[in-house]
Amino acid sequence: MPLPDAEALLDGLTEHMRGALTPDTALVGIHTGGVWLARRLHASLGLLPPLGSLDVSFYRDDYQRIGLHPQVKPSDIPFDVAGRHLVLVDDVLFTGRTIRAAMNELFDYGRPESVRLAALVDRGGRELPICAQFLGATVEIGPDEHIELRQDATNRLSLALVPRARRS
Amino acid sequence: MQQRNPQLNARGELQHLLTIEGLPAEILHQILDTALPFVSVTEREVKKLPLLRGKTIFNLFFEPSTRTRTTFEIAAKRLSADVVNLNIGTSSQSKGETLLDTVANLSAMHADMFIVRHAESGAAHLIARHVAPNIHVINAGDGRHAHPTQALLDMFTIRHYKKDFTQLRVAVVGDILHSRVARSQIHALNVLGVPEVRAIGPKTLLPTQVGNLGVHVYHDMAKGLKDVDVVMMLRLQNERMSGSLVPSPQEYFKSYGLTRDKLALARPDAIVLHPGPMNRGVEIDSSVADGGQSVILPQVTFGIAVRMAVMSILAGN
Repeated sequence: MPLPDAEALLDGLTEHMRGALTPDTALVGIHTGGVWLARRLHASLGLLPPLGSLDVSFYRDDYQRIGLHPQVKPSDIPFDVAGRHLVLVDDVLFTGRTIRAAMNELFDYGRPESVRLAALVDRGGRELPICAQFLGATVEIGPDEHIELRQDATNRLSLALVPRARRS
Repeated sequence: MQQRNPQLNARGELQHLLTIEGLPAEILHQILDTALPFVSVTEREVKKLPLLRGKTIFNLFFEPSTRTRTTFEIAAKRLSADVVNLNIGTSSQSKGETLLDTVANLSAMHADMFIVRHAESGAAHLIARHVAPNIHVINAGDGRHAHPTQALLDMFTIRHYKKDFTQLRVAVVGDILHSRVARSQIHALNVLGVPEVRAIGPKTLLPTQVGNLGVHVYHDMAKGLKDVDVVMMLRLQNERMSGSLVPSPQEYFKSYGLTRDKLALARPDAIVLHPGPMNRGVEIDSSVADGGQSVILPQVTFGIAVRMAVMSILAGN
């Protein structure tokens, strides 16, 4: 099955979100692909709060098994989380563990009014009770494969199928 | 076969942090890069991360220290570890228990990490050689030998203000002979590619082999400070002085104390570091210590983030 076009999915996702968000809703992209998407969504949707970003490495549940991720980037939440409606943005929704880590991190900044999730693709395989309220598409791929979001020099997004990397 | 670096595990990852000497540049960069996101964590409302939850860290201080012990303790607590502080000068060592017995007993209490400060060079190495493979050791200063986390926080501070190590002229000033800080700093500056490292001090306070460390030696402040980008001051270590290596603190200040006039010889955007505690009026004048070029308090703040980075890298390896 060929992978869908990322730009077309992003267009659909943008339209889906446009009617559903109040202007004071804040977007929080999850590094790295989610930040690319959130940047584009933020520009299209005309939301008031500045864009936030999270690197969830310090909250991952596999630290005990595989140690610290080698390239952790600073998280940046440039607005008051308390009482705010938030939308987390990620590229590929899979086990749900990244989203759990992101929610744990967000709550260390304050108590949001609500948190929703936007994802470009859902590849199934959930291990936690998490789902996306805003979704580009559902994609079926093999268990040893992974979908990667890529951004070229002109900021154009595309999806690629790669073998699943496992650190032992 | 070359003997493996005792600080690295079989995969080449950091197992203990004992000295900067022999560590590859990639590991130093990994620590500095990892410290950056920890800085922003310490600016949040909840300054705590769950990484070391359930881990027990022992601060083993066989020599008095306030700042280093406190910053390690804060770093460990911000990572959610349980921290036990032992000031051993006042406990079982004075009853005759050996260093390794102390460590064996604490290991039996399921310690995960030891942070060791000791007056004897090599104490942290000795402990690292005898602990189980799941226990990590950080050297928080051993004798005149090494103080790696101090050097790393200094490097983080320099990178924060100067961005690129490969264009810098850096002066290390003062009592290099007695300073584990200076030794670790010089190793780190060399590994990170600083092209010109200068050691400035009186002949009596420079090790005879100091040239072998890859530094340019100066005995005159005016010459040594000329056009440097970074001035790293050292504390005059009165408690380590045997005999009279310095005529008097006043004489020392006249020749080697960092004053505004002497600092004016460095580049106008030069930064001044000091590992603390400062002897004001001995190695540094208050007008410099509290002046616009001083980054001495940011060093302390960055020190927590750097120690968080070291702990979380070690505990994950």
